[in-house]
Amino acid sequence: MTEAATEIAVDTAIKESAIKMRGSDVSVFYGEKQALFGVNLDVRKNSVTALIGPSGCGKSTFLRCLNRMNDTIDICRVTGEITLEGENIYDPKIDVVELRARVGMVFQKPNPFPKSIYENVAYGPRIHGLTKSKAELDEIVESSLRKAAIWEEVKDRLHEPGTGLSGGQQQRLCIARAIAVSPEVILMDEPCSALDPIATAKVEELIDELRTNFTIVIVTHSMQQAARVSQRTAMFHLGKLVEEGDTDKMFTNPDTKLTQDYITGRFG
Amino acid sequence: MPEAHTVSSYDDELRFLVRRLSEMGGIAERMVADAVAALVNADTASAQRVISEDLLLDAGEREIYDKAVLVIAKRQPMASDLREIIGSIRIASDLERVGDLGKNIAKRVIAVHTMAQPRKLVRGLEHLAELALTQLKEVLDAFATRSPHLANSIRERDEEIDAIYTSLFRELLTYMMEDPRNITACTHLLFCAKNIERIGDHATNIAETVYYVATGEQLSADRPKDDDTASMVAPEPGAD
Repeated sequence: MTEAATEIAVDTAIKESAIKMRGSDVSVFYGEKQALFGVNLDVRKNSVTALIGPSGCGKSTFLRCLNRMNDTIDICRVTGEITLEGENIYDPKIDVVELRARVGMVFQKPNPFPKSIYENVAYGPRIHGLTKSKAELDEIVESSLRKAAIWEEVKDRLHEPGTGLSGGQQQRLCIARAIAVSPEVILMDEPCSALDPIATAKVEELIDELRTNFTIVIVTHSMQQAARVSQRTAMFHLGKLVEEGDTDKMFTNPDTKLTQDYITGRFG
Repeated sequence: MPEAHTVSSYDDELRFLVRRLSEMGGIAERMVADAVAALVNADTASAQRVISEDLLLDAGEREIYDKAVLVIAKRQPMASDLREIIGSIRIASDLERVGDLGKNIAKRVIAVHTMAQPRKLVRGLEHLAELALTQLKEVLDAFATRSPHLANSIRERDEEIDAIYTSLFRELLTYMMEDPRNITACTHLLFCAKNIERIGDHATNIAETVYYVATGEQLSADRPKDDDTASMVAPEPGAD
């Protein structure tokens, strides 16, 4: 008994320093309807956390809480606490614009601005006043496009419209745009569901590389993708967190029957 | 098997593997039992039949490999399904090896019985075979019912087979020393005993696989062993 207690204490101690974001007892209501029920979930630094579960399970809702994307929905109400580096992001003193610069987002469908490739990436750093000169901005654009593994493909046509790129390139451009403001966390909501397998592979490769500099949370409907790209996986069902743990274990020997049934294709 | 997949043809594919494995298990059991019976009864016709049956197990193993690879490619199985498919491949290999060992016993029937046979030794072998066959039969039951408990107890019992094999080994050595005319038959019997002991090891392998398929955990690496024959030497003549 004592031994077990010590083990848990040690485990928590290791975690504390490695936690980037923490959701404590997070509940979300859309008007009368409750979409999330008291979720407790930690997001570890420099790792990829995958959120999985059937449609309507609350995984995207939880993801959108992490940079207060839900604020844009009038009837949405969030209770509980979400911290970023120990700081409550729902604190009234928090500047939401600044928060979203620290916690960036990439969406399901690539959505480049109807501007040039260069402007797509330069827009964020410019409005956040991150650069002093054109040269500095050029540098950020290049390094962001490089980190997003698309520089070689677009370096000769930076002033062509971003919307002219292929779907996979557009998505990597959106990732470059998210990276450009030097976020700490990148949220990805099914970033590959509109891409072909090759473009998907490129984005997955990229996600793995980005992990060294950023913390990533990804929502995906592809179990294989979750298994491939993430280190931690959280399984949601009917607005509740069912199970969370090491990805390697979740996909070979999950603890709960619900997870087992979902990942093996036996659901409902 | 747990409840049905949303895609029912996936269940059909998994069921096929299980059914084919249990067929292989039945053939392997019968081959070993018949081979040992042929040895005891000096029945060369029966031994020939065992030898020809080995083809069935080879075909079964190949078919399970092919289908398992196809299921993996098509379904990208996860968790218990993945363990079950990988387990099927491993068990098919073990059963195919059991068939080879049975066939090898059958091949020795003729050689053993061209000599004046030490009847008692063949009896000792029969007992060893009974134990190995019980292990094999039970491990197939454990697979059919996905019982980790049964699988674990089978693995623990392999020690018994090892102990009897060791005593048979010692006995055969003594017979050879008593009368050099026994050497041919005894050497063949020694191989037969070794084959049967190996069949027990394959049953143990299968038990470990079944345990993993059922629980997702590996049994600990160390298990009881009682096979000392690797370091055994014949007593020097007239040493007593």
